Amino acid sequence: MTQEYWRWKENNWKSADKDWTKAEIVTAGIDVGSVSSQAVILADGELYAYASMRTGSNSPDSALNAITAAMEGTGLTLDKIHYIVGTGYGRVNVPFAHKAITEIACHARGANFMGGNKVRTILDMGGQDCKGIHCDEKGKVLNFLMNDKCAAGTGRGMEVMADLLSVPIAEVGPMSLEVKEDPPPVSSTCVVFAKSEAMSLLKQGWPKNKVLAAYCSAMAHRVVTLLERIGVEKEFFITGGIAKNIGVVSRIEKELGIKAIKSEYDSQIAGALGAALFGKALVEKGGKKK
Amino acid sequence: MIANYGYMDGSGEYYISIDTDKCIECASRACLQVCPSQLFEIMTDDYDDEVAAIKKDGRRSLKYLCAECKPATGRGELPCQAGCPNDAIKHSW
Repeated sequence: MTQEYWRWKENNWKSADKDWTKAEIVTAGIDVGSVSSQAVILADGELYAYASMRTGSNSPDSALNAITAAMEGTGLTLDKIHYIVGTGYGRVNVPFAHKAITEIACHARGANFMGGNKVRTILDMGGQDCKGIHCDEKGKVLNFLMNDKCAAGTGRGMEVMADLLSVPIAEVGPMSLEVKEDPPPVSSTCVVFAKSEAMSLLKQGWPKNKVLAAYCSAMAHRVVTLLERIGVEKEFFITGGIAKNIGVVSRIEKELGIKAIKSEYDSQIAGALGAALFGKALVEKGGKKK
Repeated sequence: MIANYGYMDGSGEYYISIDTDKCIECASRACLQVCPSQLFEIMTDDYDDEVAAIKKDGRRSLKYLCAECKPATGRGELPCQAGCPNDAIKHSW
C-alpha cells in the first residue's frame, strides 16, 4: 500500500496525577469537526483527558469514537459524566450530548483557558474553514468573521499539498522553512488552482521545500487578509490543526508583525476544551448533575 | 457579541450587524414588529441570553428582503435601525 502522506497522527492523553473519582464535577466537550473530532474531559475544571481522532462519514460514530478514546483506561463511562456539550460542524448530531454550542463560542472559551485571559484575537484554522474571533477577558465572543467554505487556507488544503509532494504532513512546516528566501506565493483563491500551480512548479524543477514555502506563504497571506478585516490585537492566539505547522505560523507572525501567544496545550483541542468549560459553567448554574 | 448577517449583490457586500449585548436588557423587542419582512426573531444564544437574530429562513434571501428598505429607494432611515430603542442594529450600506 502506498503511504498516505496527509494522514496526521491521532492522539490521546491522560493526566497522570488526577483522579476523576475524587472530582465533584466531571464534564466533557466533544468537537466534531469536518476533518477531526476531539473529546476533552475536565475534572473540576482541570484538564483530565483528551483524544483527537479523524472524523468519519458518520457524526455520531465519530463523537463516540473520540470520547471512548479519551475515556479509555480511566474507568469513566458516559453516564458518569455530569454534562456533555457538543460543538463543531457535527454538533447537532451528537446523540449523548446534553447541549450543542457553536464552535465559535467554544473556541474563544478554549483559547481563553489555553492562552490565558489576556487573549483577545483568535485565529482558528480548522479542517474546512478558518475564523477570526475577537473575545473579552472572560472568553466571550465580541465579534467574528469566517471565510467561506473553501479549502484554501485550511487544514484540508495542507493535506492535499502534502499528498501531492509526498511529504508527511508533520514535516511540511519545518521543510518549508529550509528555503533561504520565500518564493512568490502560489494562488490562494482555491486549493485546486494551488495544486495545479504547485504541480507545474515541480515540473519546472523547483525543489519540494521551495514549493511548500510558496504554498505556506499563500496560506498565511490568505488568513492574514481575513484577520485584517476584523482587526488584530497583539494578544493573539492560534487554534486548530494548522497552529502546529510552524511554516504557516511563522509566516503569519511575520506578515502581522506580532508573535502569537504560545501554549503548553494541544492547539487542536481548543473547541472541545471550550465546550467542556461551558458544561462546567452550566452544571454550576444548576444544570444537569447526576 | 456583534452578529453579522450578510449578502452580496451586484453592487457589493453588505452586512446587517446586531450588537446582541444590547438586546439582553431590552424589554420592548420592537425589532420584531418594525421590519416589513418580519425578519427578526428572539433566540437563545450560546451564553443563554435571549437576543435578537435574523430568522434562519430569511438569512439566504436578505438580498431580496432588505432591498425595499435600502436608502437607494428614497425611503429614508431604515425601519429596523430607527425602531431599535438600544441602537443595536446597524447596516453597512
